[in-house]
Amino acid sequence: MEQESVKMIVVGATIVLGTMIPAMAISKIGSSANEAIGRNPEAAPRLQTAMILAIAFAEALGIYSLVIALIIKFV
Amino acid sequence: MSEGGISILLKAEPIFHIGSFSVTNTLLLSWVTVALLIVSGLTVSRAIKSVPGKLQNLFESFVEGFLGLMEPVLGSRRLAEKYFPLVSSIFLFVLVSNWLGIFPILGALGFFEGSGGHRVFVPMFRSPASDLNFTLALAVFSVIAVNVVGAKELGLFRYLGKYFNFSNPINFFVGILEFFSEFAKMISFSFRLFGNIFAGEVLLIIMGVLSPFLAPIPFLFLEIFVGLIQAFIFSMLTMVFIAGSVAESH
Repeated sequence: MEQESVKMIVVGATIVLGTMIPAMAISKIGSSANEAIGRNPEAAPRLQTAMILAIAFAEALGIYSLVIALIIKFV
Repeated sequence: MSEGGISILLKAEPIFHIGSFSVTNTLLLSWVTVALLIVSGLTVSRAIKSVPGKLQNLFESFVEGFLGLMEPVLGSRRLAEKYFPLVSSIFLFVLVSNWLGIFPILGALGFFEGSGGHRVFVPMFRSPASDLNFTLALAVFSVIAVNVVGAKELGLFRYLGKYFNFSNPINFFVGILEFFSEFAKMISFSFRLFGNIFAGEVLLIIMGVLSPFLAPIPFLFLEIFVGLIQAFIFSMLTMVFIAGSVAESH
C-alpha cells in the first residue's frame, strides 16, 4: 500500500481509539460523581471540584491523541 | 502544508524581526492581550469609587466569584487571597488570549509573502495558545510557581523532603516518582491547552472553507466555550497543585 493511504488509515484509527477510551473514562467519572452527590448533596461543591479535576486529566489524554493525529495528517 | 487552498501550520509564522529574534503572529497577539489587560486594570484601579461603575463592577464580581471558587480548595479565605493574583492572572491571560484569537476580523488582517507561484497569505494575528511555545512557557511557569510557593511556605528542606524521602525504600521510590511527575505535569498542561486551541483553529479553518456562511456560527460558540473552559481548567489545576504543595506532607 502506498504511504498516503496508510497515513489516512492511521490518522483515522488514532483519533477513533484516542477518543473512545477517554470518553468511557469521563462517563465513569461523571456517573460516580453524580451518584456521590445524590447520596450527600451537602458535599456537592467539593465533589464538583474533584470531578472537574479528574475530567480534565482524562480529557487531556484524548487531546494528546488528537494532537498526534493532526501532526500525522498535516506535518 | 497546503492542499486545496487550506494552509494549516503547526509553527507560527514570523511577522517581523528584531535583530535576530523573529516576532511571530502568536507573540504579537499575546502582546495585545497583555496591553489590553494592563490598560483595563489601570483604568479601574486608578479611579476606584465606593459606588462602582460598570467596569469596576465587572472586575469586582469576577474577584468575588473567583475567590469563592478558590476558598473551598485552599481551605481558608486568607490562603485564597494570598494566591489569588497568581491564579487569576493565569486565568485572565489565557482567557483573553483565547477569545482574542477567535475575534472576527483579526484573522483576515495580514500580508502576502513570496512571489510568483509561491505567494502565501500570512495572517498578522493568530491565537497565542495555538503555538506550543506559548503553552509550554505558561506550563513551565505554572509548575515552577507551584514548587516555589510550596518551598516558601514549608521551608526549602522540608519541601525537598517531600521528593527525596529517605525514611524507607517505598517512600523514596514514591518521592522520585513525584519528582518526575512534575515534568509530566508540564507536558500535560501545555498539550491540553495547545491541543484544544489548535484543534479549534483547524476546525474553524475547515468550516470556513467548506461553508463560510452561517455554518461556522455554532463552531464559534463552541470555541468561545472551549476557550473559557481551558482557561478555567489551567488556573484551577494550578490552584489545586498549590493547595497540594503547601499542605503538610503525610
